[in-house]
Amino acid sequence: MANCFLIVAKRQIRAEPMSYSEQARRVASRAAGIAVLLAGFLLAANLCYGAPTNTSQIPSIFRPESTPADSIFRLSLLVLSITGVIFLVVFGLLVYSVTKYRKRAGDDGREPPQVYGSNQVELAWTVIPVLIVLVLFLATARVIRSVQDAPEPGGAIEVTAIGHQFWWEFRYPALGVVTVNELHVPVSSSSHPTPTFITLLSADTHHSFWVPRLAGKTDLIPNRVNHMWIDPHETGLYLGQCAQYCGTQHAKMFLRVYVDSKEQFDQWIQEQRKPALANDSADEGRRIFETTACVNCHTVSGTAAAGRFGPDLTHLMSRSTIAAGAAENTPENLKMWIQNPDIFKPGSLMPAMQLNEKDLDALTAYLVTLR
Amino acid sequence: MSSETIALSATGPDAQPIGDRLHSWVTTVDHKKLGILYILYALLFLVIGGIEALIMRIQLIVPENQFVSPQVFNRMFTMHGTTMIFFVAMPILFGFGTYLIPLMIGARDMAFPRLNALSFWLTAFGGLLLYFSFIGGNGLYGAGNAPDVGWFAYAPLTARAFSPGHSTDFWTLGLLVSGIGSIGTAVNFITTIACMRCPGMTLGKMPLLAWLNLIMGGMVILAVSPLTAAQIMLCIDRYLGGHFFDTQAGGSATLWMHFFWIFGHPEVYILIVPSFAFASEIIPVFSRKPIFGYPVMVAATICIGFISFSVWAHHMFTIGMNSYSNTFFTITTMIIAVPTGIKIFNWIGTMWGGKIRFRAPMLFCIGFLFQFLIAGLTGIMLGASPFDWQLGNSYFVVAHFHYVIVGGILFTVFGAFYYWFPKMSGRMYNETLAKWHFWLFLIGFHLTFDFMHVPGILGMPRRIYTYEPGRGWEIWNLLVTIGVFFQALGVLVFVINLLLALRKGEPAGNDPWDAWTLEWSTTSPPPEYNFATIPTVWSRRPLWDIKHPEDPDWKYE
Repeated sequence: MANCFLIVAKRQIRAEPMSYSEQARRVASRAAGIAVLLAGFLLAANLCYGAPTNTSQIPSIFRPESTPADSIFRLSLLVLSITGVIFLVVFGLLVYSVTKYRKRAGDDGREPPQVYGSNQVELAWTVIPVLIVLVLFLATARVIRSVQDAPEPGGAIEVTAIGHQFWWEFRYPALGVVTVNELHVPVSSSSHPTPTFITLLSADTHHSFWVPRLAGKTDLIPNRVNHMWIDPHETGLYLGQCAQYCGTQHAKMFLRVYVDSKEQFDQWIQEQRKPALANDSADEGRRIFETTACVNCHTVSGTAAAGRFGPDLTHLMSRSTIAAGAAENTPENLKMWIQNPDIFKPGSLMPAMQLNEKDLDALTAYLVTLR
Repeated sequence: MSSETIALSATGPDAQPIGDRLHSWVTTVDHKKLGILYILYALLFLVIGGIEALIMRIQLIVPENQFVSPQVFNRMFTMHGTTMIFFVAMPILFGFGTYLIPLMIGARDMAFPRLNALSFWLTAFGGLLLYFSFIGGNGLYGAGNAPDVGWFAYAPLTARAFSPGHSTDFWTLGLLVSGIGSIGTAVNFITTIACMRCPGMTLGKMPLLAWLNLIMGGMVILAVSPLTAAQIMLCIDRYLGGHFFDTQAGGSATLWMHFFWIFGHPEVYILIVPSFAFASEIIPVFSRKPIFGYPVMVAATICIGFISFSVWAHHMFTIGMNSYSNTFFTITTMIIAVPTGIKIFNWIGTMWGGKIRFRAPMLFCIGFLFQFLIAGLTGIMLGASPFDWQLGNSYFVVAHFHYVIVGGILFTVFGAFYYWFPKMSGRMYNETLAKWHFWLFLIGFHLTFDFMHVPGILGMPRRIYTYEPGRGWEIWNLLVTIGVFFQALGVLVFVINLLLALRKGEPAGNDPWDAWTLEWSTTSPPPEYNFATIPTVWSRRPLWDIKHPEDPDWKYE
């Protein structure tokens, strides 16, 4: 086929004869195997895109709901189609040469023509890839700029996210709100854009903020200030988790982003700004809380508890999970967590509090009043 | 000297008492024995690293599994990565290089035989030091533990505040020691190839294996040095009050990343370039044609060598570099696909018009071509930095680099094994068992690493010891784990084949493959002095010239 280009030195020389009677069958079985693998690939791709019944909690990067994730998604379609075509062409060439030029049964034993190379062919398969790379690069550079260098509009919500071993602290400096692990942001629409701009810091080791349906990941690194932004188009719950190994419990450093409607978000902010409610029925639990080591690490605003090492508990019961998503936030789980955190999260930095049953009940009763 | 060694080989090694034989292996400076030591050492660690992978995959087979604790899982992935890169891939490739380079360039040994032995033993003791952490890692009180900081050991997790005890020190010192061994080997490769070629073997007539190992040697010196420097800085941080990476005292976490990846990315090419070398020797012989575009293959590899030092920060696309840096590292990462693609096309060009014999070495090389193609394409996806913001540090990346390291490097290493085993041992392996090995391993590989891409796309980060049900990850993790068992079975068949062949394999003869490079002109196994008379060559395929005196290569080169 390409022989007209090739510098060919034909030689017809007898080589050592070898028997390969099963050659054809082997090649056929290999081709069949490859076909099965390809089918597997297609199935896999289909399941990523396709919609099984309950997919709302699958954090697939191919179901974006926010501009940064969506730009990446559209870039990925371009990259996937170009690489897909390259794959088909090169794979086709590989399969063709392996099947066409296999040594056949009844071979005369002569050596094939000895070909050393071809400058024209080499030039072609250098220039074409360079052009493909150029196209890919320009498309990529556009997306880098559009995501990274997007200006912050006036109505943006500002959040500071601080990574801790192994939980997330979220502070809304302009709104005077502090919460943990469950980020609330308003939905953003093109007519009324309210994106959320997040400043990323770390209190200890390297973490990474990754909610695949909202944006690509950005790391939280000690001694470094990073930024990212999201503008979710649909209300709902978006799941993610820490994406950079940060220590023993890296696996259970979950992220939940609640995208609220404008009204829900405003209401949530109003409630979070209030100090903790004084509740006489839980006085005993409060006394225990304020006289044990709890206050060294936890804050309950409006009380003596002002620790910063652990999560803020002022509105503990407004959150649906505890231990950075490791367990549901129920009074029973809270009790187990205080008594022995290793049940949910072995290696977490919360110590087992070693309280007696009566104190533990009273303390739990106090915590469930923190709404 | 030569008459003495002839007498030794005439009596045969079996005639010596076991103590003498062991002594001769421990004290040897012969490149062939050191090469075999490297390879056996790497195979041992391959099994250990494989068991660590198996433990991780059993833990991840179902969500919320309790097979191992998070601490154990974190140690397993740290040790698996460190072992496979530093104590399997590098030594096995160095082993083949040490064994083959002098034979292929018509030399009697490496340029510095004693340095050669020193390098091997440094590497070997580096590995032992790392594994001693299981006993000594936490000092006397903790009954020992292995490092759990990940194989790239990001700061400040390695600071004493976050990593008390000595487990991180074993990691640091183990790599420091073996890194010095690697630099020694690289110096030896370069000097040997530069100075010891036989008469007539100009640079343009060297086998590609020698060329590619020469380039690899240069890369090792440039890349391993920053790693060694970083390990020393980390030791200073941990014990002498330094603050290079100690963020709590104002140090820089990103500094470590730059040091590590300016080593870490060229390292990938340090491993893949010798694999390219195996493919470039095996594919021509089994296609019965010379390598297509020899000068282009050399030039492309040199390009890869240079460009590989300009791409390191693509491991850091998510650390918040500015858009100009991300753009720069995107173009360098994508452009490296061009010389790599050229190599793939040239291998296909070599097969084109040939008469391909599907023996085990060739099968593994064809598997390599197919898998390396996919690995390259997923590499382009990851090189597009916004795509990397999603895929980076997910299971997609894990699948991608295992496609390179297992699908690319390990496949060619298995191919090289079957190809040169007859030369090293003098015996032929069993072809049927070798094909069982190939198919089992191929099926296992694709079950594991094809499906491993998917959970990454579905948002599963790497290095998590467990995961929640309901995120769509279960089925993929199950398939991945099933594949690992196929791979383990394949490796078992490989080991059995190896042991059977050593005990009662057919004698291989000097040149079982009808090949063309100088190692096939001497006996199998070669005598201690390699060649009775130093050969003289006129072309890249000296044995072709001898076999076809009427139509030799040197007329055309």
